Amino acid sequence: MDLIDTFLNPDVLVAVWPLLWQGLLLTLKLALAIVPTAILLGLLVACVLYQNHRLLNILVRLFVDFFRAFPPLVLLIFIYYGLPFLGIKLGEFSATVLALVLNGCSYYAEIFRAGLESVPAGQNEAARSTGLTARQALASVIVPQGVRNVMPDLASNTLEVVKQTSIASAVALPELLRAAQIGQGQTYSQTPLIAAALVYLVLLWPLVRVISRMQKPVVIPR
Amino acid sequence: MDQILYYFFNWPLISPYLPEILQGFLVTLEMAVLTVVAGTVLGLLLAVVRAYGIRPLNWLLVVYVDIFRALPQLVIIVLAFFALPAFGIVIDPMPATVLALSLVLSAFAEEIFWAGIAAVPRGQWEAGRSSGLTFTQTLFWIVLPQTVRISIPPLTNRALGITKGTTLGSIIAVPELLNVSSNIQSNIANPTALTAGAVLFCLVFFPFVYLTRALERRYAPKR
Repeated sequence: MDLIDTFLNPDVLVAVWPLLWQGLLLTLKLALAIVPTAILLGLLVACVLYQNHRLLNILVRLFVDFFRAFPPLVLLIFIYYGLPFLGIKLGEFSATVLALVLNGCSYYAEIFRAGLESVPAGQNEAARSTGLTARQALASVIVPQGVRNVMPDLASNTLEVVKQTSIASAVALPELLRAAQIGQGQTYSQTPLIAAALVYLVLLWPLVRVISRMQKPVVIPR
Repeated sequence: MDQILYYFFNWPLISPYLPEILQGFLVTLEMAVLTVVAGTVLGLLLAVVRAYGIRPLNWLLVVYVDIFRALPQLVIIVLAFFALPAFGIVIDPMPATVLALSLVLSAFAEEIFWAGIAAVPRGQWEAGRSSGLTFTQTLFWIVLPQTVRISIPPLTNRALGITKGTTLGSIIAVPELLNVSSNIQSNIANPTALTAGAVLFCLVFFPFVYLTRALERRYAPKR
């Protein structure tokens, strides 16, 4: 029973629940602001790469590689603590969104690029020969097929992006993790942390299951 | 322009702190290597265990993998650091971070190796078994070498993602590169320290990004 008192104390849980609930809402708001923006930007970047414009490709590649290589937390610290020296002052929420959109859209771009490249060249040629312009062929022939091919990767990257919102706690934005740490400080109990972990599990486990389902089942002959 | 140079590229100002920053850089490297090695080995081990198809064990494995995939890395790090002591396991920030990240990587690596095992054609298993090898021999001598080869590109990709998580250790005060450079930044009120940290991070992770791309190209399935 000691264990339950330490890790899932009902009294503490009742006391910190409003705090955690606000944190959860903020986490969801972050995810809603970041995921669609990053997906759209990523798709846009992949389409630009698909056009194979030489100079543009080099620039876009540099952008993507840079933000893929850069740890998101470093980016966030840089935006939040570094940029104000130049007079660019972003709030905790906007700084987090900016950092994670830059990071996330590079990953999405990489995935979309692989998807677009997986569409056989004949599809593009066939579309063009029926009189579609390059842009029309891309939008209505290549993108729909390419995106379908990389759905599992898109889903698992989305999971990663949602999980990453927890780094906002580094700039004291009271999302779920930060809220739990505040609760931990107020109650001298580990219960808020465990409760937050459980909330994350409830929130994200379904997505993990969906992603696992997308993979083909493994059958080992015996 | 002058302002940018003064605030972000003020090398004379931070030169006395360079040894400290390098020290942080070494801690980051050490954590990255430990995490990748421990996570990959554990992941391979779990995938091998899963291949034997012992039901209750496999259910446990799936739960383990799902939990470490669903929880944010930072949450696991914070739990390892703050919750383990309640069990009497007091752990320093650095080992706590490496432990947390290795567990996360092992879950992802298990999934990747498992998918790799699935990608080895059935005929390979049958050929092995029909030439008189036992299940274990077939697994280790025929299937696993091919699995590892198939798994390298997705694994490097994932390893890159998770080693970037070493920066999360700064939140529980691991003296790694980000922690050191942001401390210096607040001491001298000049973000050049962050620039220096950023440059060093690029030095570690850029080659990694190119490595993953080269590996992907090299091992890509033929179309």
